[in-house]
Amino acid sequence: MSPTIILDIGLITMLLVIAFAIIRMRSLFAVVMLQGVYSLVCAAWFVTLDAVDVAFTEAAVGAGVSTVLMLAAMLLADRESKEVSLRRQIAPIIIVVMTGLALFYAIGDMPLYGDANSPVNSHVGADYLKLTEKDIHIPNVVTAVLASYRGFDTFGETVVIFAAGLGVLLLLGLNGNAGKWRAKPNGVRVGRSPAPAARLKAGASVIAPDAMPKPKAKVAPKKPRGRPRKTAAKKTTTNKKA
Amino acid sequence: MLELFSTFNYAVIIILMMLGLYVVFAARNLIKKLVGLSVFQTSVFLFYISIGKVSGGQPPILVDSHKTEDGHASVESVQVAAAGDSAVQHSLHHAPEVLYSNPLPHVLILTAIVVGVATLAIGLALTVRIREVYGSIEEDEIDRIDYQYNLEGVAK
Amino acid sequence: MNPHSILRVVSKFLIPFIAVFAFYVQFHGDFGPGGGFQAGVILAASVILYALIFGLDAAKKAVPPSWVRIGMMIGVLLYGGTGVATWMLGGEFLNYGVFTPDHPSHGQHYGILLVELGVLFAVASVMLAIFYAFGSRQAELSDEDW
Repeated sequence: MSPTIILDIGLITMLLVIAFAIIRMRSLFAVVMLQGVYSLVCAAWFVTLDAVDVAFTEAAVGAGVSTVLMLAAMLLADRESKEVSLRRQIAPIIIVVMTGLALFYAIGDMPLYGDANSPVNSHVGADYLKLTEKDIHIPNVVTAVLASYRGFDTFGETVVIFAAGLGVLLLLGLNGNAGKWRAKPNGVRVGRSPAPAARLKAGASVIAPDAMPKPKAKVAPKKPRGRPRKTAAKKTTTNKKA
Repeated sequence: MLELFSTFNYAVIIILMMLGLYVVFAARNLIKKLVGLSVFQTSVFLFYISIGKVSGGQPPILVDSHKTEDGHASVESVQVAAAGDSAVQHSLHHAPEVLYSNPLPHVLILTAIVVGVATLAIGLALTVRIREVYGSIEEDEIDRIDYQYNLEGVAK
Repeated sequence: MNPHSILRVVSKFLIPFIAVFAFYVQFHGDFGPGGGFQAGVILAASVILYALIFGLDAAKKAVPPSWVRIGMMIGVLLYGGTGVATWMLGGEFLNYGVFTPDHPSHGQHYGILLVELGVLFAVASVMLAIFYAFGSRQAELSDEDW
């Protein structure tokens, strides 16, 4: 009994420290790596909670694929985040504290940890344990429930995975070339340039101008052809053509 | 001792959930928001699985009954079952004195983990496209650029 | 001397074992922890490891993107097709017992096998497709802006 308690307390402490570190850090590389570590420690805690299938999946998916995808996305974006001023943090803190207090109040109604006769563990869960060895004859009850008793939910899950892959391919393209946006209202192509691309003026940008050499060279500030009025009016007044 | 730990368990998981939720609200960087969302999701999975735990139970993998006499599943019987011996498989009986943890939350959370990574992938793809179009992934920068574009027809 | 020679030698040795482990997890999902999702992610991770060490072009030669695109569809079709097959045989959607009417539990074994195979194809292909999509995109910042 007591060795497991020490392990649980150790894992809980690590999780709290990691969550605090994610809040405070600004380097995105560190934040993504800490998220992978969080998933891995949670997978270890799942094993102590007797959820071996879930631990397997969480370790493979959370600490493996999810971290790789976040790193790949981070490499296409920024490396550091900006600091958030204290004035902006007040409202989130208030909301989070109020929600936390409400949830603490609700702990009073929760069943005892590890109770074998709680409503969760009594009805359908216990039935699946009894029925699996009669109907399906395989030792792993979780696979039996996932593939046979709740097979329809797993079908939905597979379709959701497929839809996510489809969405990412539509946004980014399998060879990295999708996403060039062309506006065609009523079949008339509006402009040659890509989507309303915000080209920041030199000196007003968040990122220092000399840190981004390539986009400056790549982009000539093109105005899309569909909006002639305001800019044309400005040009005629400044050029004194009248 | 177990009763004291039971409430402490749920309380800590709620604190972790609230920390993740705080990152979703307070972070201005889009990737940090997604990381906070992932932390929040994993904490919810922890909460769910800890409800299904039965003390004195074991993982919901049925063990062979005539190898266990006193209710403790011996390790080698689980290994024989894992090796897929068909003789063991046909004689698989659920010994009434062996206690298993509830398999139903495990099934639901398996689905939730995989759906979570699917939505994370879409969120990251959207972040990459936003970075390409706006040049920044900070929320207030994106709002400012949008506002100016809607106001004047050109981004400054 | 190539600075990555240790990584290359070790990964050349390990990647086949990772792929075999993925198939082990897939087929022993009935007897221990495992199943289609875990096996799909491990299989995708082996190809991602190859891409990280030997380059994305080498990985695209080993597992071409057209296979990945087809694999996504085959996974979902296998799962749905099992359900439709049970319809054709007279049962409800995904009622595997109608595969072998005199021993329903054997039908359940066949059904679970087919369905987990479909999940393996779908999950492995989608994870790999998402990695190819992110990895092939050109970044704007050059390397010295790190």
